[in-house]
Amino acid sequence: MTFYDEVQKYNWDEVTNAIYSKTAEDAERAISKRASGARLDVNDFMALISPAAEQYLENIVSQSADITRQRYGYTMQVYIPLYLANYCSNSCVYCGFSCNNKIKRNVLDEEHIEKECLAIKKHPFQHILLVTGESDHYSGVKYLGKAISQIKRHFEQISIEVQPMDTDDYKYLLEKGLYSVAVYQETYNEAKYPSYHPKGKKSNYRYRLETPDRLGDAGMYKISIGALLGLEDWRTEAFFVALHMRYLEAKYWKSKLSLSFPRLRPYVGEGDYFQPNSIMDERNLLHLMCAYRLMSEDVEISLSTRERPFFRDNVLKLGVTTISAGSKTTPGGYSDYEGTKELEQFEVNDDRSVDEIVAKVKEVGLEPIWKDWSLYLQGEEKVNS
Amino acid sequence: MDNLIIGDKCFTSRLFTGTGKFSSSKLMYDAIVASGSELVTVALKRVELDNKEDDMLANLRADNINLLPNTSGVRNAEEAIFAAQLSREALGTNWLKLEIHPDPRYLLPDPIETLKATEILVKEGFIVMPYINADPVLCKRLEDVGASVVMPLGSPIGSNKGLATRELLRIIIEQSNVPVIVDAGIGAPSHAAEAMEMGAAAVLVNTAIAASSNPVAMGIAFKMAVEAGRMAFNARLAPIQNCASATSPLTAFLDL
Repeated sequence: MTFYDEVQKYNWDEVTNAIYSKTAEDAERAISKRASGARLDVNDFMALISPAAEQYLENIVSQSADITRQRYGYTMQVYIPLYLANYCSNSCVYCGFSCNNKIKRNVLDEEHIEKECLAIKKHPFQHILLVTGESDHYSGVKYLGKAISQIKRHFEQISIEVQPMDTDDYKYLLEKGLYSVAVYQETYNEAKYPSYHPKGKKSNYRYRLETPDRLGDAGMYKISIGALLGLEDWRTEAFFVALHMRYLEAKYWKSKLSLSFPRLRPYVGEGDYFQPNSIMDERNLLHLMCAYRLMSEDVEISLSTRERPFFRDNVLKLGVTTISAGSKTTPGGYSDYEGTKELEQFEVNDDRSVDEIVAKVKEVGLEPIWKDWSLYLQGEEKVNS
Repeated sequence: MDNLIIGDKCFTSRLFTGTGKFSSSKLMYDAIVASGSELVTVALKRVELDNKEDDMLANLRADNINLLPNTSGVRNAEEAIFAAQLSREALGTNWLKLEIHPDPRYLLPDPIETLKATEILVKEGFIVMPYINADPVLCKRLEDVGASVVMPLGSPIGSNKGLATRELLRIIIEQSNVPVIVDAGIGAPSHAAEAMEMGAAAVLVNTAIAASSNPVAMGIAFKMAVEAGRMAFNARLAPIQNCASATSPLTAFLDL
């Protein structure tokens, strides 16, 4: 049994109807249930994210802030993404890395990776997220294994956001020193999924959906999940993410869970670009992040530089546990930003320097945590750089 | 003097503290100093072992506060032993708070792996302080293999829910030949005082101090509560009675 079987128990449209039929009373019940210390179930979650709950946003946010301080204290974990390659064999209709886009492609070799690591190490980062397009040919498991072996000389905590792999591949990368894996389902709507992912390995909904199961089986320390908000109704997507979270909590009890919130915004420029089908604004995003916090005290909530500084600064203390800072989304972007700009997957909206972002974290009364893991805790001898 | 002896060290304070969740290292330092704590646990996952100038650790050590490295993050005995060996080498202490909690949500300790690791680490010369569930039999087993203390939880780490395991703690304290340190879940000075009144040798408090609005004041409040609780334990609490003075209907005839 995998999460695929679990999802079969639900009908997308019925879930959507159930969420939109929730009343203010349902929302109040869910909010006070959490306030009394009881654990919420996915039905409560529907009420919590329903339009009927919008009038209680202040209450939801305030509970979320309190729970987060209690669990995580006055701290904020910081990490940085490192784009290793942008070759991709998929053709997702919303993505800049799509193989249909005639953009410059690159994959970093050992020497180039070293340069990037040294550029990043000007700041005290110890948690790094390696990102690639989905290409078994250019950035397959062997390439990643080699990259991790090299990168762990500089960083204590290594995560990846790459193509889904088999359980044995994950075990192999764990042995190399990998800590966590992020894999986003994009949309949980099985019927609509193929229209967004027409080609490549990614067109297999089930294989992607079962990736967190394979990660759990492999014994990954942390699994990050999420949906690409903007493809289908965001509330319904959010419900399936919550369902996925509860499923993983119960089945893979040794793995930490983390949630991310990639969000598509309407494209306002010229040209025939992808437009989201479901608009989620900042108010909705905050509402959703805090609703997950009410569902789970411990789930990590990560906020990327896709969001603008004003929003990021204001939500730092409201439920978020992890932020990226100083991100460049191009392979080679840290050592040579200008020379690689055209390789970008998406533009970051918070392009402030690491120092500026960290100063803001401190200003709101949080201690930035650069290091929350030691490779030797997973049996790795630290190789000094 | 009513000092607590563990291994080769003598503690005048029975309040042990932690270093996590503070909004800055300065506030952490101030709160710990205010609490009078002489033993402070530090997560190995947060420490840079090869950075000899780690401010946080340097400041604490300069004030003669003892560091107690903990293995939070390891999932089994093998990983714990590896981490302990590296920690001893890098931090120069054979003291270890053994934490093996493979469950990242409630951070509940694995009794089997903890017992296994304790046995090996004791043989390797460590002062082992195992964090465990409030399980009286496990405490005896840990004592048998040479644990220097036992550290049962009051309730899950960081929950601030107090002594939810009260009845089991009572049995552990009654049976133990090593100091019993109530480790997790103490959320208010009154919880700490209660543990001390019951006869705990010490308490370890982190979240309740760090996540309060005023960690320095809360550090002092816990110091006072622990001292009061210990004093009350030594002074022997008066028995609890339901009535002010009961008559003795069953034995009154003896006086006739």
